[in-house]
Amino acid sequence: MLKLFKNFSKKDILIVIISISLIVLQVYLDLKLPEYMSAITRLVQTDGSKMIDIIIKGLYMVGCAFGSLGTTIIVGYLASYLSADFSRSLRKKIFDKVQSFSTSEIKKFRTSSLITRTTNDVTQIEMLISMGLQMLIRAPIMAVWAILKIVNKSMEWSMLTGVGVVILLSTISILMIIVIPRFKIVQKLVDSMNNVTRENLTGIRVIRAFNAEKFQKNRFENVNNDLTKTQTFIQRSFAVIFPMINFVMHGLTLGIYFIGAFLISEALMYDKIMLFSNMVVFTSYGIQVIMSFLMLAVIFMIAPRSQVSANRINEVLESDISILDGKYSDETDEKGIVEFKNVSFKYPDADEYLLKDISFKVNKGETIAFIGSTGSGKSSLINLVPRFYDATRGEVLVDGVNVKDYKLNTLHNKIGYVPQKAVMFTGSIIDNVSYGDNGKDKPSEKKIKESIKVAQGKDFVESMDKKYSSHISRGGTNISGGQKQRLAIARAIARDPEIYIFDDSFSALDYKTDKVLRDELKKYTKDATSMIVAQRIGTIMHADKIVVLEKGECVGIGTHKELLKSCEVYKEIALSQLTKEELENA
Amino acid sequence: MPRPGSMNGNSEKSKDFKGSMVKIFNSLNRWKYILIIALLLACLSSVFSIVAPNKLSDLTDVITKGIRPDTKKLGTIGKKISSNFKEDKLKSKIPTIMMDKSISYEDLNKFNEIMTKMSTIKDKKKASKLIVDIPDSILIKLMDDIYVDNIKISSKDQVKFLKLMSSIDKSKVNNKTLKKFDKLPKSIYNLVKPKIDMSKVKSISLLLAILYILSSVFAYVQAYLMATVSNNFAKRLRTDISNKINKLPLKYFDKHETGDILSRVTNDVDSIGMNMNQSLGTLISNVTLFLGAVIMMFVTDWHLALTAILSSIIGFMFMGLLLSKSQKYFNRRQKELGDLNGYIEEVYSGHNVVKAYNGDKLAKEEFRKINNELYRSSKTSQFLSGIMQPIMMFVGNFGYVAVCVVGALLTMNNIITFGVIVAFMIYIRLFTNPLSQIAQAMTGLQSTAAAAERVFEFLDEEEMTREKKSKLLDKSKVKGSIEFKNVKFGYNPDRVIIKDFNAKAKPGQKVAIVGPTGAGKTTMVNLLMKFYEINSGDIIIDGVNTKDLSREEIHDLFIMVLQDTWLFDGTVGENIRYNKKNASDEEVWKACKTVGIDHFIKTLPGGLNSKVTDNDTISQGQKQLLTIARGMIKDAPFLILDEATSNVDTRTEELVQKAMDKLTEGRTSFIIAHRLSTIKNADLILVMNEGNIIEQGTHDELIKQNGFYADLYNSQFEL
Repeated sequence: MLKLFKNFSKKDILIVIISISLIVLQVYLDLKLPEYMSAITRLVQTDGSKMIDIIIKGLYMVGCAFGSLGTTIIVGYLASYLSADFSRSLRKKIFDKVQSFSTSEIKKFRTSSLITRTTNDVTQIEMLISMGLQMLIRAPIMAVWAILKIVNKSMEWSMLTGVGVVILLSTISILMIIVIPRFKIVQKLVDSMNNVTRENLTGIRVIRAFNAEKFQKNRFENVNNDLTKTQTFIQRSFAVIFPMINFVMHGLTLGIYFIGAFLISEALMYDKIMLFSNMVVFTSYGIQVIMSFLMLAVIFMIAPRSQVSANRINEVLESDISILDGKYSDETDEKGIVEFKNVSFKYPDADEYLLKDISFKVNKGETIAFIGSTGSGKSSLINLVPRFYDATRGEVLVDGVNVKDYKLNTLHNKIGYVPQKAVMFTGSIIDNVSYGDNGKDKPSEKKIKESIKVAQGKDFVESMDKKYSSHISRGGTNISGGQKQRLAIARAIARDPEIYIFDDSFSALDYKTDKVLRDELKKYTKDATSMIVAQRIGTIMHADKIVVLEKGECVGIGTHKELLKSCEVYKEIALSQLTKEELENA
Repeated sequence: MPRPGSMNGNSEKSKDFKGSMVKIFNSLNRWKYILIIALLLACLSSVFSIVAPNKLSDLTDVITKGIRPDTKKLGTIGKKISSNFKEDKLKSKIPTIMMDKSISYEDLNKFNEIMTKMSTIKDKKKASKLIVDIPDSILIKLMDDIYVDNIKISSKDQVKFLKLMSSIDKSKVNNKTLKKFDKLPKSIYNLVKPKIDMSKVKSISLLLAILYILSSVFAYVQAYLMATVSNNFAKRLRTDISNKINKLPLKYFDKHETGDILSRVTNDVDSIGMNMNQSLGTLISNVTLFLGAVIMMFVTDWHLALTAILSSIIGFMFMGLLLSKSQKYFNRRQKELGDLNGYIEEVYSGHNVVKAYNGDKLAKEEFRKINNELYRSSKTSQFLSGIMQPIMMFVGNFGYVAVCVVGALLTMNNIITFGVIVAFMIYIRLFTNPLSQIAQAMTGLQSTAAAAERVFEFLDEEEMTREKKSKLLDKSKVKGSIEFKNVKFGYNPDRVIIKDFNAKAKPGQKVAIVGPTGAGKTTMVNLLMKFYEINSGDIIIDGVNTKDLSREEIHDLFIMVLQDTWLFDGTVGENIRYNKKNASDEEVWKACKTVGIDHFIKTLPGGLNSKVTDNDTISQGQKQLLTIARGMIKDAPFLILDEATSNVDTRTEELVQKAMDKLTEGRTSFIIAHRLSTIKNADLILVMNEGNIIEQGTHDELIKQNGFYADLYNSQFEL
């Protein structure tokens, strides 16, 4: 937590200092209030007090209340400014940091977790600053000050207040000790509840096909029962808190009056009235003391949650970035050449190599394809080209320069990358296709339309309501998977890259579209180099070079025909998809 | 603390608040009695906390009564003393005094002087004032001991008393007076000293203690019962939703997202449970408190009641204004938080693309914009929600002062006692607090209603028609012939996608269904399994029209193995047995062996008892094998099989294919085909596109037709 607060600027610290002094003033005024109250009480008690005196004291009291309100509002404003500003800059820091992450860091944290860290966790801190900080500063000042005010008034009353505080705090802490572990259980049960329900929904066809409704119902009811039991227990436990607080507060007032009656009856006449007004004031101070301790208890409940959030944020901010920018940004002599020289790769924390000693070279205008079963390392291999990861050993060269030496922007300008799962951004189709920056001017509308046409997206785009300006909703939910894939390919084409990278980008397309698209693409980008990862033999059969991967090792490089003869693994894959005669006919 | 529309965004408004509440109360019927008891207790608890201040005011009065000296008694003492100075008494005493040798000459002289002075003053009162000037030595002799309430006051004490009293300005009793009173001689002090009626203090305190304890106990029992009811209610709702899932036609699930239904089961039901638990009790007890406070205020003293209410209303009007203004900001903040979340999700999950397309700058710029928007709205909304509480405090304090000032005025005019003010100091708290609590409870109920609306909307969805078992077919005797006669079907009645479909399959035949992605191959599954009703035409199984069979009976006739390997969170064994719980271990192992997964299961640490949740150990392909084994165990004359084996490595794929082939043996099978071998061997191929069955026949027939199928088939190995 403190580490995060180091991010406070000087201005922020000034605000904190101003806030603290205002809070001190506010506490002073709040505690002054009962004094005027007691003064008024005394005046009312005494015969012959002048009305004007009471009104003057009353005005003082209202003045105090108003002053307290004023300071609270100012502090409230400062706190909300501070918390909003702080969380804004914190969010920006996290976002920028994540932007600089490489894929391995993203993988390490997981996307969903990074999202929560940027939003919910920051909100958690924001809450702490806006509410907690005020309370955290106010409560101790209030408690100490109020205690100082009452402690010399009467030993008996002070002790009674002490007893009240002890009773309340111990009740709350006992409750917390009982309840907090159950919170975790509830979280788990809610998860299983979600799971069973999701199961019921995703498996609805299977469940019905097996007439297993009752079976699922029993599973659901088990979790439902457990969840209800635990939740009821927690809520029943919490039911103690408010009656308890009320009882302690009222009990304190009653106790003070009861003891007061004895004290007054024993006192000299002159002291009696003093004692009496003290008694009235003491009740309100006593309640202030108890309230302050309650607030502190609340903070101690919030704080651990915020601490967890703070830690999670710090993890992101302090995480090392594994991909560092290079310096090379000049034009290269050669274009469209990718070469792997004895490349091995493993994830930073992993023991086993995902790729072992891979070497190949692809020249301008050629198509190279990678095939192999899942986990063979195809995707990892082409991820090394745009430097989503860096090779652990060996060199990856693009246009004769090691990718690590390039400025990332320069390297990325050479590449048109299409991922396995098409990524769409909220915005129009044009926005999506012309996405990014390739160091040149933004593609013209003509270029965009052309790219979409090549990617076989013309028909469906033109059938949409607003054609090329049609809106794509978040995550591209308003278009189908195949349509998304076509737009993602159009995006790469509009970029005019030297090197295309298709990471299994054709699998969402049916055979026919797949084929037509590749034909068109070939025609349109004669000079560009293509690197294709695929699962279908049909997609890659006619590539200039096919690299067959098996468990991270290259078990064959060559054309389709060569590999059918020489490479057992390739043959196996091919035969599982097409019959012998079909392969030979092709 | 009133934080309207706070961070969790519970500020949703329901469309039909009244309707939803009525529905909630109707469904609460079974807990009627507990609820009534709980709410009664809430009322009682509140009543006690209202009565208590009155008692506290009585206690205060008892104490205040014991603070002032007994001025009446002072008067009687004064009178008795002055009776010493009656003329006849004086005359009888003067001679003895004059003769007293213990009195000094000067004193005597002074005495004479005063006596002459006194006789010149006609006003007796003024004259008597001179008495104190008489020297003590003589004064003592002048006075006899007197008795008040049978207590002797010696002449010495009387002298002291006179001296003290003369120094007091009787028109005003103030602190100085009291300080002097404290110096009164013991005998008199004891007579006039204020006495608190301790027995009364004790009895009132006892009563109050009982009231407070009862009030707290009632409040606790109320909260306890409410927690019980609301959680059971939530549980019931979850059960209802879960049961409802089984009763809804599949149509519903194809149209609605899983996440939406899921959020009804968890978030919405949770929100109902939580909010109802807190709001209902709070509402009842606070309305009682509020009304009670108002009534008690008026009963106690209407002047102060008006003062209290008027002074608070000003505050509340201001609050209301602020609240209505601030709602806008809360909603905006919620929306912007959502926007930011969405944007971050987009950029983070598209990280590779953002990087590869050098989109970082753009992303940062866009993020900055949204982040700034959020900053602005959250600053305002937090500020506004933060000052609600202080304003409430101020309203309370303002009311307090108003009550004190007006109360003091009234006390001085002896219209009310001081105790009334003390009571009002508490009433004003009882009066101001409930209002904000009620407001909070209302927003709570609002979101309860909004959540309930979504839950009830789901529960009110149209269910499938209920069916009885027809018993027309005996599963063990079904041979497995199936015929489609003039089948027409459309997901929407006005958009028919399958027009007049006729086909026939003999027992044990293989029907392959092919077509590009999204061609509607699942439609066939839907029709076969009677997940959807056909618009017209007949599907006939072994001579019996499926219209006459219940869904359950039809499901019994089919084994269904779909592409998404649906396994539930249980053990491997449970998943294979599934609904056939009585299947023996041997049967299970036999099925596993046939499928070829027995070796793998044996390598698992728990064998059949190992959990399937540990995704790492069981691969996609193995999951597929498990679902095939599950089909084996079920054993039925018909089979629906989706052949797709995605994300499976080559070796496992071979295993899966072998297992699938085993499964088709001896069964009339409908196979959603992805393999050429299946298509070629099929007895019938149904070619689907855009939902409709556009071609049908054997492989050779279709190739000869040179239509859609031929095109599709050839494109697989063409470049």
